[in-house]
Amino acid sequence: MSKIESLPSFEQYRKALDSERKKYTATVSVCGGTGCHAHECVNVFDAFESEIVHRGLEDSVELKITGCHGFCEMGPLVVIWPQEIFYKQVSPEDVPRIIEQSLLGGKAVEDLLYQDPSNGGKILREDDIPFYKKQMRILMDMNGKINPRNIDDYIVQGGYTALAKALFELEPEEIIDAVDRAGLRGRGGAGFPTANKWRSCRQAKARDGIKYVLCNADEGDPGAYMDRSLLEGNPHSVIEGMAIGAYAIGANQGYIYVRHEYPLTLENLLTAMDQARELGLLGVNILDSGFDFDIKVSVGGGAFVCGESTALMASIEGRIGEPRVKHIHTAERGLYNRPTNLNNVETWANVPLIINRGVEDYASIGTEKSTGTKIFSLVGKIKNTGLVEVPMGTTLREIIYDIGGGVPDGKTFKAVQTGGPSGGCIPESLLDTPVDFDRLYEVGSMMGSGGMIVMDEDTCMVDIARYFLDFLCDESCGKCVPCREGLKQMQHIIADITEGNASPQQLDLLKELAWTVQETSLCGLGQTAPNPVLSTIRYFEEEYAEHLEEKKCRAGVCKALISFEIDPEACTGCLRCKKSCPVGAVTGEKKQPHTIDQSQCEKCGICLEVCEYEAVIRK
Amino acid sequence: MVRLRIDGQSVEAEEGWTILETARYYGVDIPTLCYDEGLSPYSACRLCTVEIISGGRSRLSASCSFPVREGIEVLTDSNKVRRARKVIIELMLASCPNSRTLQCLASRYGVTEIRFKAEDRDCLLCGLCIRMCKEQMQAGAIGFSGRGVDRQVTMPFSMKSESCRECGACLYICPICEMPCGGPMQPGELCNSCLDTVQLQAFPCREE
Repeated sequence: MSKIESLPSFEQYRKALDSERKKYTATVSVCGGTGCHAHECVNVFDAFESEIVHRGLEDSVELKITGCHGFCEMGPLVVIWPQEIFYKQVSPEDVPRIIEQSLLGGKAVEDLLYQDPSNGGKILREDDIPFYKKQMRILMDMNGKINPRNIDDYIVQGGYTALAKALFELEPEEIIDAVDRAGLRGRGGAGFPTANKWRSCRQAKARDGIKYVLCNADEGDPGAYMDRSLLEGNPHSVIEGMAIGAYAIGANQGYIYVRHEYPLTLENLLTAMDQARELGLLGVNILDSGFDFDIKVSVGGGAFVCGESTALMASIEGRIGEPRVKHIHTAERGLYNRPTNLNNVETWANVPLIINRGVEDYASIGTEKSTGTKIFSLVGKIKNTGLVEVPMGTTLREIIYDIGGGVPDGKTFKAVQTGGPSGGCIPESLLDTPVDFDRLYEVGSMMGSGGMIVMDEDTCMVDIARYFLDFLCDESCGKCVPCREGLKQMQHIIADITEGNASPQQLDLLKELAWTVQETSLCGLGQTAPNPVLSTIRYFEEEYAEHLEEKKCRAGVCKALISFEIDPEACTGCLRCKKSCPVGAVTGEKKQPHTIDQSQCEKCGICLEVCEYEAVIRK
Repeated sequence: MVRLRIDGQSVEAEEGWTILETARYYGVDIPTLCYDEGLSPYSACRLCTVEIISGGRSRLSASCSFPVREGIEVLTDSNKVRRARKVIIELMLASCPNSRTLQCLASRYGVTEIRFKAEDRDCLLCGLCIRMCKEQMQAGAIGFSGRGVDRQVTMPFSMKSESCRECGACLYICPICEMPCGGPMQPGELCNSCLDTVQLQAFPCREE
């Protein structure tokens, strides 16, 4: 690779790549996302590689390992282009059959196709699968088509044309204006209008002319991995977005703050940046436009609070990652006390789309006040776990039932948690709420960065509040009193409720404390920390009442409030539960009804699971 | 000059003053704990919380770091402020019951019970000692380590630092390790012996 020094030679480079790729008659893309890595997709890739070499198909078949396709439940995924045949749960042993039948024979391998759960029919193409059908994948689109470690893949797909257009055809103000009219709002959670942020940073005076653009890739919400998959699968879209933003704002230096728990992201990102530098798409005088821009990567130390803007900047500077008061906005004095603009991974990835698709086209997606699409990581008690990208305004019901396939094992849906630890739990009755920034806020939750955890009847809502509170207590930086001490006391109260030691008055104390933490904490972490507690009290107060008054946990989760007993009528005396009990709490002779010694019982529920006669009852 | 209202009174403040500075200049009382005139504001204890009304919106914010703005209305003793302030004092007392400063604050602002699980720690993590050491003594011998509930004030790597001149400024400014007041003190107990004299704004046990 050598440096591309002008716009015409960039066009030439792209055309040359395009014609060079024409020699391939087929492309095999193996999903290399986090989920598929866990399903050992690397072995599948290796099998393809050796099989293709073995059959001498290197010149006609292109093989690549791509970013996340989203349907993590069904990994490892393989897609054969140009027919777009979608194979799920592929193992290395399936590889020769796929090559034989699909690449050489042009037919699909029936048993590896996705089966429609509603009618049992086989589905050939990715787009026809119910999971993908209702999605609108504009950000994730390239994830399945490009090898994130090969910049040429991105360029062939039209990558960096938005940057070229921005640099040669648009003035910085025009770009900010376009982002404004497109209605782009920050995808990190709060939904602040991106253009306003850019504008104030552009207008801010830097004492030495230096400004910064930052990318927040410190994704820490439990169960959320959209930013990771985007940065891992298509790092160039973020780099390109940042370059465009930097040009619009008047910055020449960018930072990407990645959490250290994402090693693959880091590797792909650094490779992508090196390749962009080699081609001259990052660095001095990009494509001879006179615009300089480069990016440094800063790796976090695993603190959730560093996703907060001022804590993130403190961390990049090498100081303790704790927030400061923001009466002077970071757009004026941020990183190293210079004007700084911070956006989330997904926000940056939207920028090239706005330039390429055009403002009107982009703004037509979604709702009036929340435009574009949003990626959610759909996890928990759901059939189709994975990443889904939907236009804003899609209802929760559509996401959970049409795309997610509903709750598995015939259980009933109870709630969906959105917005991560700062969000809230939304009950069944509000499932027709469209997901956009304002509507989710109205129902007591928030968009957040896009985590969506589905819960069924077996989930105890008090226990869920306790889980998130534990998480936040752990992650509070400890600077201000309401967050550090207040959350700790809330944790004590919730623990007492789940253990049956709390009086009904404790609930009022909990609410009082939640109000104080919300109103008086220093940063966003503390101000939103009581949300899981408040939203579960708001929608599931009867569960709290049961815990407090009847000392009962209807989901059977809170161990202190449940007990296991054996129905002597139903028990056949088969000894299974006795043998399985890890603490020896079950007593009884063969063919005689057993009993459980409550003083020894650890309430693990193994006896309930192993009993074939439904003789073990959870009370 | 910036014009604003504090508790209904129209006042003028210099550009760059904080709400706390302005209030104190005009003799309006706002309690503080982690604030000291000679040190940079830290906004951690949130005791100086006031209600700020601007553009028709009301919110609570720490006054020690909030710069005055034209036309805002500040309430230092509204129901909201009093409610939050009491919970904050209660929270601090639940972790450091032996602090004379905190016990006096409890009496002063009418905290008469501690409803939380009490502990007996000897540090409120207000950061006064750290700022004193760094900003006034120019030593920077101590700092915070750990996060959240594990946060503590310590010397680097918990070893005696060469920068420490043993000047005692950190002890001088600490609101916790002072002489305890003569009242209780089991964790969770309250002194409240000056509760009846609050109207007189006097602290008899201070003057012993």
